[in-house]
Amino acid sequence: MQFTKKILIVGLALVLLVSLVAGCGQKPATEQKQEQAPAQQQEQQQSQQATETEKIKIGLVFDVGGRGDLSFNDSAYAGLERAQKEFGDKIEVKYLEPSAGGENREQLMRLLAEDGYNLIFGVGFMFTDHIAKVSQEFPDVKFGLIDGAIDGLKEDSNVSCLLFKEQEGSFLVGAAAALKSKTGKVGFVGGMKSPLIERFEVGYLAGAKYINPNIGTMVDYIGTTGDAFKDPVKGKELALKQFKAGADVVYHASGASGIGVIEAAAGEKKLAIGVDSDQSLTAKEDQRKYILTSMLKRVDVSVYNTIKAYLDGNFKGGYQIFGLAEDGVGYAVNDYNKDMISDIQPKLEELKQKVIKGEIKIPMDKKEYEEFLKTLSK
Amino acid sequence: MHLAELLASSFRMAIPILLTALGAVYSERSGVVNIGLEGMMIVGSFWGALGSYFYGPYVGFLVAMLAGIVLAIIHAIASVTFKVDQIVSGVALNILAYGSSRFMSQAIFKMATTTPHVAGLVKINIPGADSVPYLKPLLTGISPIIIITILLVPISEFIINRTVFGLRLRAVGENPLAADTLGVNVFRMKYAGVLISGMLAGLAGAYLAMEHTGMYVEGMTQGKGYIALAAMIFGNWTPSGALMASLLFGFAESLSFRVVENSFIPYQFIKMIPYMLTLIVLAGFVRKSTPPAADGVPYERNAG
Repeated sequence: MQFTKKILIVGLALVLLVSLVAGCGQKPATEQKQEQAPAQQQEQQQSQQATETEKIKIGLVFDVGGRGDLSFNDSAYAGLERAQKEFGDKIEVKYLEPSAGGENREQLMRLLAEDGYNLIFGVGFMFTDHIAKVSQEFPDVKFGLIDGAIDGLKEDSNVSCLLFKEQEGSFLVGAAAALKSKTGKVGFVGGMKSPLIERFEVGYLAGAKYINPNIGTMVDYIGTTGDAFKDPVKGKELALKQFKAGADVVYHASGASGIGVIEAAAGEKKLAIGVDSDQSLTAKEDQRKYILTSMLKRVDVSVYNTIKAYLDGNFKGGYQIFGLAEDGVGYAVNDYNKDMISDIQPKLEELKQKVIKGEIKIPMDKKEYEEFLKTLSK
Repeated sequence: MHLAELLASSFRMAIPILLTALGAVYSERSGVVNIGLEGMMIVGSFWGALGSYFYGPYVGFLVAMLAGIVLAIIHAIASVTFKVDQIVSGVALNILAYGSSRFMSQAIFKMATTTPHVAGLVKINIPGADSVPYLKPLLTGISPIIIITILLVPISEFIINRTVFGLRLRAVGENPLAADTLGVNVFRMKYAGVLISGMLAGLAGAYLAMEHTGMYVEGMTQGKGYIALAAMIFGNWTPSGALMASLLFGFAESLSFRVVENSFIPYQFIKMIPYMLTLIVLAGFVRKSTPPAADGVPYERNAG
């Protein structure tokens, strides 16, 4: 009895170990073999380096929600995919997913840097502190930080912060929501309560109020941690609440939680607005007619451009900002929503030009939003 | 306000907790602490989505329950047959569930954290709901799982209190030696308790993925397995107690959705409501909680 008990304890420990390894980030199938034999790993790598010295290694670590969130992370992945397609013979690509809570972000960044990766992306503002740290330890490695800003970078720094004017894209979809709303009420469901997501919120509210100063607005956030980006259950309940309270268009900025928002809109036969990726394309067949449009945040373009610049030898540190003028943000028009949106498109294009010319100043936080409302009432 | 709306939302939030808590009642009444419920919910949500994706919702639910049962068998073998500490075994299962779901998701769907959209069961409208305007949100478009779960409460109450099986289950949890002397197969009863808990937790996970969201997202259980364990204890190890506790959790959560941020209540406080309310009710109803006497103690046949 004692003996079998010991065997079982060892067995359980093994199960723990295996599941931890399985949980610690996924690699493309071909590379998984390496992990099983750490002793062989070095040999293999050395021979690999000998044969593939010219190949530039590009790594990417996803944010909470991961690949398949049909939103933010998938947009980053699309950029990586495009680069691989176009420069496949010159680059070697690897992507990793952090653990469920994202605690091992820094570890994964360091792992890639130690593995000799030349250009490493961190997808999401949660990487800000980690990249600030790791980039100092590996001065020869270049880093791309999406959505995060590290202070004091220069053009010759090894970190490039890829920032977006989310408020500009959100302003346009806010205007679209107000133009399409019949009840005179529109809603917003945010993921993690943070300055970044608040930029989506105030941009959207400003756009709606710009079209109709008397429009009713509802705002809800799912949570205060990264988990808020992968809680479709709460996303759906919050959206349902807004729909039942009279809203007929709801915009979400909540990553994978937004799947629940779209589900709620389809169930209530009201409209949802997607975020980051064109979510009409990834939604279920019968949900598509309930997605008015999506606020596009071209993370894919920023990733692709950075890779391209690196390959051309033009990698620039510092801050790259993508707004309406750079086509870094926008709203989606596709086969599924073009009939829904065609009547308001001229208006949206007019607003877009105004924003690009600087005729409309879009607020970036709550304070600026209050001031924006005052200018409207004049 | 929209009271019926609030109640309907409470039910939707309470169902996964209630199902899992009901399972926990069976397991704990047989004397096995099952902290692996969270893991069983996770595999239920993933395998449910997987089954539904390939073979439709009915197979999805079956596969989800089987997945929960498989995890429960591991827990039973470890903690009942080999008398490993029940908490250790349960925690190991939670990590196994998380890792294996991610691994399978990557292997099958090439995405680590989500599956594609999957189909759920046909929603039921209770006839005559239109004639009762106030109750309409409660009676229309409800998932069959909600009805099954509510029915399971009196059924479980009956099974545990009025049947031979229930009596033996309780006897094994209270005093396994006495039960053994009377010819009850202690190990078989404990296995039955643990397997039922795994099946119900798997079903609860599948409800989240297939009925509520229509897709599996990693971490979508959001600790509901642990909350279910708390609900079962709060409900004093009875099915009807678990019902009340789960409804309270569900109600508190959907209430917090409906409190709008304003200048008086900071946002973080709104997110605290479910936990605050639970604490207040818990403190207000100070009852003596009476766990089964031999709960968490492995039964060693030749020890006595």
